[in-house]
Amino acid sequence: MAAFLRQSLIIAAKDLRSELRTKEALNASLAFSMVILVLFSFAFDPSSEQIQEFSGGLLWLVYSFAGALALNRSFAREMQNDCLDALIASPAPASALFVGKALANYGLLLAVELISLPVFGIFYGVHWTQRFWPLLLVMLLATWALTTIGTMFSALTVNLRLRELMLPTLVYPLMVPALMAAMTLTTDLLGGTPLNPENMIWLRVLVAFDFIFTALAVVFVDTVLVG
Amino acid sequence: MRDKVFYLLAAASAALLSWNLYKIFFVLGDEKDQGSIWRIFHFHVPSNILGMSGFIIGMVFSLIYLVNKNLRYDAIAAAITEVSLVFAAVGLVTGSIWARIIWGVWWAWDARLTSMLVCWLIFAGYLMLRRAIEEPIQRARLSAVVSVFGGIDVFIVWKSIEWWRTLHPGPVLTIRNGGGMPPGWQATMYWNLLALLCLAVMLVMVRMRQEGVAREIDSLRRMAHSY
Repeated sequence: MAAFLRQSLIIAAKDLRSELRTKEALNASLAFSMVILVLFSFAFDPSSEQIQEFSGGLLWLVYSFAGALALNRSFAREMQNDCLDALIASPAPASALFVGKALANYGLLLAVELISLPVFGIFYGVHWTQRFWPLLLVMLLATWALTTIGTMFSALTVNLRLRELMLPTLVYPLMVPALMAAMTLTTDLLGGTPLNPENMIWLRVLVAFDFIFTALAVVFVDTVLVG
Repeated sequence: MRDKVFYLLAAASAALLSWNLYKIFFVLGDEKDQGSIWRIFHFHVPSNILGMSGFIIGMVFSLIYLVNKNLRYDAIAAAITEVSLVFAAVGLVTGSIWARIIWGVWWAWDARLTSMLVCWLIFAGYLMLRRAIEEPIQRARLSAVVSVFGGIDVFIVWKSIEWWRTLHPGPVLTIRNGGGMPPGWQATMYWNLLALLCLAVMLVMVRMRQEGVAREIDSLRRMAHSY
């Protein structure tokens, strides 16, 4: 177990290091999320009071679109110089490779989310600071849901000719329960409603989703990468 | 032997369907509130039952494939999922036609409609993935993993959309089911379920034969290339 953790952390550190040196995915996702935030302002009246009612939905659409951009590259970047084959041939099991990559993606996605949240607040007059800590909890849980599904399917589609097309088509329908939970909770929290017994069920959906799909991914990633 | 079963099923479904159509249109009367449009339920309900159970059975065969790696099970899973997708589409379309007459809209974001649509999208992604991969073993492996992820996600989607709808007040649209029907009408529905089941099994057999032939052609082509 200690070896597994160490191997995962080494892979996560490697991914984050190469990302921080090039900042490819980070810059692209950040720029993309800004673009979507601007585009939303044309879709409806940004100054209306209604914005409170679907702010959570907007925010998670931004996060999942920008996230898919970063997740798409997670395994694809290892294709150059046959790095993926080297990683698979290394003593680290495929599940450690998955956990390492997922951790790196998680950090990346959270960074993008935490930067675009204040921008969202400024553009649309949403008070995101009033219930920041519960909001952070929701973001931590829901981002892990996006990360685990996204990383798994990034591994699954890495060898495909139509990789960029297949990943979003497969990933978004699967993410529906997690996105629905995150959107409902975020809308509540941004609107000033605290976590209460009524919306607590969505927190449970998120936790269950995280556990189920992390377990499934760890079990099946070996089948996907090695065969 | 297989041919005999096939033609027997074809004859049974043709006979049953004609008999049922005769009953549905000429014997059973109009419903008190809905008029004649309720007749669509004799196709709507069985199609949805077959579609949904087909997705689950497809997932089971995908799991069997992952355990014993026999391509036959992959062909069964693919055939069943594809036929189920058609039945699920029939269910969605007939439901939509019914909704246009009774609710006045083609589509309502009711819990069951939304869940069914999300399931449909997940398994449409499965079939698209199969088309994107040429190598048979890789195709079987990756699509089996997608089928398992999708099959488990379906349960979470179903449950969470139910909560989502029950927590949000809105127009309450209930779908009439077998419980509200007189016994004679229910019996016709079950007979039609049997007719469509024969049709589904027949289609799965056709599809499996195609898979087998496709594999044979593929291996012949490989052999020709190797000379």
